[in-house]
Amino acid sequence: MSILELKGLTQRFGGLIAVNDVDLSVEAGEIVGLIGPNGAGKTTVVNLITGVFKPSSGTVTFKGRRLDGLKPYQISRMGVARTYQVVQPFPEMSVLENVMAPAIFAAGASSKAEAMRAADEAIDFLGLKDLRDTLASELTLAERKRLELAKSLAMKPEVLLLDEVNAGLNPAEIEIALEMIRAIAARGVTIILIEHLMKVVMSLCSRIVVLHHGAKIAEGKPDEITKNEKVIQAYLGNRYAKANAAEKPNV
Amino acid sequence: MKRPVIALIAFAIIACLPLLGDNYLLRLGTMFAMYAVLAQSWNIIGGYAGYPSFATAAFFGLGAYTGAILQGFGWPMPLAWVAAGLLAAVFAGAMGSAILHLKGHYFAIASLVLAEVLLEVTTSWTSLTGGGMGLNLPIIRMSIAAQARLFFWSMLGLAVLTFLMSWYVSAGRIGFALRCIRQNEDASSMVGINTTRYKVVAFVMSSLFVGAAGALYASWVFYIEPPDVYSVMTTIRPIVMTMLGGAGTLLGPVIGSAIFLVIEEVVWRNFLSVHAAVLGILIVGLIFYLPNGIVGAVARRFRKRGAENGET
Repeated sequence: MSILELKGLTQRFGGLIAVNDVDLSVEAGEIVGLIGPNGAGKTTVVNLITGVFKPSSGTVTFKGRRLDGLKPYQISRMGVARTYQVVQPFPEMSVLENVMAPAIFAAGASSKAEAMRAADEAIDFLGLKDLRDTLASELTLAERKRLELAKSLAMKPEVLLLDEVNAGLNPAEIEIALEMIRAIAARGVTIILIEHLMKVVMSLCSRIVVLHHGAKIAEGKPDEITKNEKVIQAYLGNRYAKANAAEKPNV
Repeated sequence: MKRPVIALIAFAIIACLPLLGDNYLLRLGTMFAMYAVLAQSWNIIGGYAGYPSFATAAFFGLGAYTGAILQGFGWPMPLAWVAAGLLAAVFAGAMGSAILHLKGHYFAIASLVLAEVLLEVTTSWTSLTGGGMGLNLPIIRMSIAAQARLFFWSMLGLAVLTFLMSWYVSAGRIGFALRCIRQNEDASSMVGINTTRYKVVAFVMSSLFVGAAGALYASWVFYIEPPDVYSVMTTIRPIVMTMLGGAGTLLGPVIGSAIFLVIEEVVWRNFLSVHAAVLGILIVGLIFYLPNGIVGAVARRFRKRGAENGET
């Protein structure tokens, strides 16, 4: 049974259809990539799954339970976590306190000590141990992104939605981030990855979904997506298409 | 753990004030206790949760009139105070659910309107409240000195209760949730915090003892009228006192109310005709140079020294 299922998901903002009749079914343990040009509706899909918006129509089902109509805090308590495109730490709190918040409120730690243990575990896992007592406002962007991951991990999620966790990072930092995402997936967390960097999507995802103007236009394995004419021309750009063709002349 | 205990000892020492036998000091002491109730209460919604509430006068006035009216019906004084606090809390709960989804300036204005509406209702409902004529409270059969002591101790007791509530908030889950909400409300709901519930709880907590203090004030001064108890200054003072001492800290509002009271008295004595202007300039200056309040500035210095934990 799929762990997360979207059926006919549609979101209208006035006359604009941001997400149009999207169906998606995610199996437990998968890493699914969600790609598409700017304004394709990727972040809106994340907002619909996490309860920031209530869908105009369609349903979101998580382990057989409907999520649409629930509030973000309820959904996060059920085990669906997200990171934000623009990082959202609590700036006046230390890294530890930042990670303790989800451990207490989303994962339901019964005591402060237990929350601290869970937070420390997530902090260690993401290599933030040395920054444990640093204020979040004093972290670099790469560190803040890792803090976001630590926060979402402390929620003990079953499904994790990563909204452009690599945006703004340099290649070396991206390599580290990739390792961390793989490590999180290895813990059995199902991941939906929104990403602009094709390299990242191709190397991580077992399946890719392409959105354009709010609608799903393609879905398949990474190599199928790269071969898909429509996707290459419309979303990866002609230059990528040519480069791709030059690399593999038989395609 | 130490600092709250020191504060409780300080309250105990202040409670000995009647021993000095100076009625002026006793009056100041009662004022201090009342300010401490208002400031600490505001600190919960304004300081911890970061919601700029301008509703203090609404809770205070509602409490004052509730207490006065119930005492007029022959209720014993303490019972009237308790009822006033509870009614203010119920009012805050109902209003909070309606206006707490507003943020920043919008919330500030909505909360400001609460006092204005109550002022109008109180003024027009002449049969119950006496309208613009005001309301006299029953005379207590007690010597003047004994009354002064009674109201001083009662108000101080209320201040201690408010302090205990603040302590409970700052040390626990509620305070943690409210601090998260202040810093980033969207992220708060995403880490599992029921933001609406915590905001309403904070708003209710910021009203309970203010309502009781209003009733106590009414009993203390024997006569209330709408512009007095719904005065904008009742709303502004606690905000200034809290910011002066340190918003979102446990001791800040208490320290702030003491300092504010001293400043107010000194300015009042020396600049009788222009005291409001001088006080205003002082406030602007203090907030400009001490944006985190006295407690905030001290905590920052400690933090720089490497002594971690800005919890105050």
